[in-house]
Amino acid sequence: MSPADPSASRIDLAAIQLEEVGMTFPTSSVPLRVLEAVSLAVRPGEFVSLLGPSGCGKSTVLRLVADILVPTDGRITVNGESPETARRRRAFGFVFQDATLLAWRSTLENVLLPLEISGDASRGRERARRLLDLVGLAKFESAYPWQLSGGMRQRVAIARALVTEPRILLMDEPFGALDEITREYMNLELLRIWQATATTIFFVTHSSPEAVFLSDRVVVLGTRPGRVKLDLAVDLPRPRDPALKETVEFARYTAALRRTLVGETRLE
Amino acid sequence: MAIAAARQTPRGRVAALIRQFGLPALGILTILGYWELHIRLFSVPNYLMPPPSLIAVTLVEEWPTLERNVGTTVIEAVGGFLLGNAVAILLAVLFVHNRPMERTLFPVAVAVRTVPIIAIAPILVLLLGNGYAPKVVIAALISFFPTLVNMVRGLQAVETSALELMRVLSATKAQVFFKLRLPSSLPFLFAALKIATASSVIGAIVAEWIGADTGLGYLIVISTFEFRTGLLYATTAVASFLALALFLSVVALERLIVRWQPDTPRQ
Repeated sequence: MSPADPSASRIDLAAIQLEEVGMTFPTSSVPLRVLEAVSLAVRPGEFVSLLGPSGCGKSTVLRLVADILVPTDGRITVNGESPETARRRRAFGFVFQDATLLAWRSTLENVLLPLEISGDASRGRERARRLLDLVGLAKFESAYPWQLSGGMRQRVAIARALVTEPRILLMDEPFGALDEITREYMNLELLRIWQATATTIFFVTHSSPEAVFLSDRVVVLGTRPGRVKLDLAVDLPRPRDPALKETVEFARYTAALRRTLVGETRLE
Repeated sequence: MAIAAARQTPRGRVAALIRQFGLPALGILTILGYWELHIRLFSVPNYLMPPPSLIAVTLVEEWPTLERNVGTTVIEAVGGFLLGNAVAILLAVLFVHNRPMERTLFPVAVAVRTVPIIAIAPILVLLLGNGYAPKVVIAALISFFPTLVNMVRGLQAVETSALELMRVLSATKAQVFFKLRLPSSLPFLFAALKIATASSVIGAIVAEWIGADTGLGYLIVISTFEFRTGLLYATTAVASFLALALFLSVVALERLIVRWQPDTPRQ
C-alpha cells in the first residue's frame, strides 16, 4: 500500500502527461473553475483510473487529453505531442459513457466509421472483423444498435475505438450505465482486451472497487475545483480474478480510496 | 428479437393480420354501411347526398372524365411536393450551418406560413397565369413549412457525445454533415413528408378552384354548379385516393431508407 512516488510522475516518455492543468468554463453568470493545478502522468502500457465524485471534473480531464476541450492553464502532452497533433494522428481512441453508436449503421459499419473518416475503410474490413471477434461480437456484425444489449453496444464502442490501432484508449465511465453483473463481466473483458492489445488505458470512473480491480494506479480527484488528492499504486497480482474482490488487500485499497472520497464529498 | 420469433407461429400471424388489416377495414365498412342504410331508410335525395353504391357506379361510368382530369392534379401536387420540400430541405441545411441566415430568413418563412393559402391563391393565379405554375407554387407553399421546421429539428437532434466522437475522429464539416446530421434527421424528414403528401393535394385542388380548365379541383367546381352530385363525390374519392397513394409512396420510401428503426416499439 505505497502511494506512488511523486517523482515517478515525471517520466521521460509518458503516454499522457498533465502539468499544472487548470480549466475554467465561461458561464453566463460566474466563470466556473473546474480543475486546479492537476498534474499526473500515465506510462505507456499502464492502466490508470481517474476516480472522483460526480462533478469533480474527471470527464473534463479526459476531454482535455482528447482535445475535445482546450485547457485554460498548464500543459498536456500525449506521446510527447500536443493533444491536437495526437488526435490528428489517431494516437488515441475514445469510449463514451453511452456507447454513442450511430443508429443507422450495423455493428460492422459502426466499427468501420473511424477508418471511413480517415479514408482507409477499404483495407480496414478485416481488422474490424478481427476486433469484433476480440470483443466477442463476431456473430453480430450485421445487427443494428437497437438489437444489441447495453453491454454489447459498449463492446462495439470499444472495438470502434481500437480500429485505428491507437496506443492509448481513453474511457469515460464506459460501464457506468450497465447493471452490476454486466459491469463485472465487462471489467473482465476489458482486462482481457487490454492484455491482448497492449494499449495504455486512461479510465474515468466513480466506483472505487472498479478502479482498484482494473488499475495499476488510481488517481483520486477532489471537487470544485478538481485537484489530485491521491495517487495510489495498486500492487495486486495480475491476471485479476473476481475472487480478488473478496480479499483483505482489495478491501484495504477500496477503503483508502473511500476515505479520500468521503473527505471530498460535500453533502448538500 | 424474441418478440419477432413469437410472431412466427401461424396463430400469431393470423392475429397480427387481423389487427393490421381486419380492424381498419371493419371501421370503414361500418361507416359506409350506415351511410347507405341511412340514405335508403330516410329517402335522402341523391342530388343532396348519394349513397356509396351510387358513388361507386359513378366512379366506373365517369372514369374517362376522371381519368382525363386526375393527371393534371397529380402533376401539380407532385411537382409542388417536390419543389416545396426541396426548398425546405435546402433552407434547413443553410439554417443549421449559418445562424445569422436563420435569424434573417426564418421570420420570412413564418410570414409566408401565416398567409392563408386560400387568400394567396388568387394572387398567384393573377401573377402566374392559368397553367401549371400557380398550382405547383401553391402546392409547394403549403407543404414547405412543416418540412422546414422538422428538418431543422432533425439536423440539430444530434447527441453531444456523437459530435464529440466526430471531433475525436477529426472528421471534416462535410463528414459530420453526411455521416451524422443528415442520417439522424431522416426520421424527422419523413414525418414531415408524410404530412406534406396530403397538403400538396389540397394545395393543387384549391389552386384549381381559382382558375383552371382541367384537374380534380376544376371537376369539383363544375360538378357542384351542374348539380352532378355523384360526380362531385366520385371526384372527392379520387382526390383522397390520390393523397393516400402519395402518402403510401412516402411510407414505402421511408421503409426502404430508414431501415434502422424497429417496426414495433421495443418492449
